[in-house]
Amino acid sequence: MTNDLECERLTKRFGPFTAVDGVSFEIPRGSFFSILGPSGCGKTTLMRMIAGFEQPASGDIRIKGRSVLDLPPNRRNVKMVFQHLALFPMMNVGENIAYGLRCAGVARNEIERRVKDVLARVGLPDVAGKEVAQLSGGQKQRIAIARCMVLEPDVLLLDEPLGALDLKLRERMKIELKLLQHQFATTFVYITHDQSEALVMSDRVAVMNAGRFEQIGTPQQLYHNPASAFVAGFVGDSNRWAGRVVGPEGQGVRVDIGDGLSFVAAGSAPAGTAVDIFVRPEAISLAAAMPGANRLDGMVDSLLFNGAASRVLVRLADGQLVEVAHVPDGREGGLEVGAPVALSWSPDQTRCFSRAA
Amino acid sequence: MGNRDAARLSLFLLLAPLVLWIGLLIILPHLGIGYLSLREKVAPRVYQFSFANYVDFMREPIYWNTLLRTAVMSVLVTVMTLVVGFPIAYYIAKVAGRRSRAALFLLCLVPLWVSDLVRAFGWIVLLRETGLISGFLQWSGLARGPVELLYNDATVVVGLVYTVVLFMIVPIVSTLDGMDNSLIEAGYNLGGSRWTVLRRIVIPYAMPGIVAGCIIVFMLTAGSYLTPILLGGKNSMWFTEQIYEQFITRYNWESGSTFGILLLAFTSFVVWAGLRLSGQSLATTVAKG
Repeated sequence: MTNDLECERLTKRFGPFTAVDGVSFEIPRGSFFSILGPSGCGKTTLMRMIAGFEQPASGDIRIKGRSVLDLPPNRRNVKMVFQHLALFPMMNVGENIAYGLRCAGVARNEIERRVKDVLARVGLPDVAGKEVAQLSGGQKQRIAIARCMVLEPDVLLLDEPLGALDLKLRERMKIELKLLQHQFATTFVYITHDQSEALVMSDRVAVMNAGRFEQIGTPQQLYHNPASAFVAGFVGDSNRWAGRVVGPEGQGVRVDIGDGLSFVAAGSAPAGTAVDIFVRPEAISLAAAMPGANRLDGMVDSLLFNGAASRVLVRLADGQLVEVAHVPDGREGGLEVGAPVALSWSPDQTRCFSRAA
Repeated sequence: MGNRDAARLSLFLLLAPLVLWIGLLIILPHLGIGYLSLREKVAPRVYQFSFANYVDFMREPIYWNTLLRTAVMSVLVTVMTLVVGFPIAYYIAKVAGRRSRAALFLLCLVPLWVSDLVRAFGWIVLLRETGLISGFLQWSGLARGPVELLYNDATVVVGLVYTVVLFMIVPIVSTLDGMDNSLIEAGYNLGGSRWTVLRRIVIPYAMPGIVAGCIIVFMLTAGSYLTPILLGGKNSMWFTEQIYEQFITRYNWESGSTFGILLLAFTSFVVWAGLRLSGQSLATTVAKG
């Protein structure tokens, strides 16, 4: 058995509301798995079921191949880092970490050795005697992880633990979390609504919406080959058009988006289907068009400078704004507001998903 | 008038009622009582400064026995109130739903709508020889003759616990209310049993409320008069009864004042000792609670 955690057709209802709807997945040993979704999509309920705080209506949860449904939370070898960390304020850092070991009845000198060991591994060797309130946000984070990791869990659950940190610290903690996961070589299940957290840290990501998994894949797969309109819209930035399929053309279909405009998009759908079209800003080129490319004409509306993530907003004839990635090179004579531009992009960079689904 | 003066004036006006209240109703009477307790009557209308009243108290075992007994019983009542009140407070703060919480709180408050005296008579109606419980026991054949359930220590303790339990519940509910539920969940998640989570997480967190509740309950109990007299009768031997007797029956204000000061000093000492024993301090508990 190489999977640390398996969930099978897991369902949870609160009265008439189905919070988690037939979710299945498995997580191989030692990987970083994220569950990404908007708030209220059921990801926290899913995590609470894995930890044992909620009972599923149906389905099964297996840890290292063994069903844990009949085990209470304190007997499951799944540890959890809470959203607000939940460090015990009445204990100092050392006691916080020792708590789990004491519950497990580990000998006193063994506890001391393991607390010291885990503090060294998270890079905070001298804080055992400090009070929790004396730590900085990033340090608390690491202590919360150390408190779980000292128990050598099969799976570590993390419930949006970076949410309370400021932006700069959050960026740093992302990298640090990934390094910690490598170091402990434990399976991490990370819950977040922030796509960049999920994309940066994860080996695999599940995108969740309205209680279901829309897609499970590597961050690259989600970004480049989204399986549904929701995934295409939720992961990364996209320009979006609504249209109707005219008929097949080349490798894909031609889609009419009104106003006499039409694009060729990858995918297949019968003529007349209502579809949404997604195009990434970085897929659109401001340079001369290649043959067979989709084209649009417009004029520069505004330049949004953000270093390597800079954007140009282009206004089309019908007033719609299109976001285009464009990194200014810093020289004079670049784009100017009001200048006419021709946009083009390849049909295989154009995703189309039927509306009804 | 400068800005600073205005600020000073408003501070003065804000504090004035509090200062007047404490000064006129608490400090001044105690100064008077303290002064009275240090006077000895040597002849009609002739007094002199002396500790004779305190010496009398020490010489008469019935007095200091009653004081000790009152203190011990009050500690017992406090402990029992805590044992009864904590689960109720925990239920209201952490288990009950948002809507039933208000109703439960109100239920706890209802007894306060009725005066102390009427509530004590309620107990008498239930517990006296010809009362409801005695009648029921005879009717059901569990007792041959009338049963007197009044006028013993157990009844006094039960009656006092009933009267003061609310003052234990309220501070504990308010501290537990501020507790993040994820602390409890983290306690379980890291492998704690129910007992471990209660002992190492919930109770330490609730400690400020527990200490505040215990101090209030102990002081109320030690200083209570009506309940011990009505439910304990002649056997209750509550110290407040001695004070009443000195002041009213014997018209011995000097002795009554001495008892009053001693009750204050002794209960304060018990509270101090309790704080020391539990490793708490007033600043970290009452101020927080």
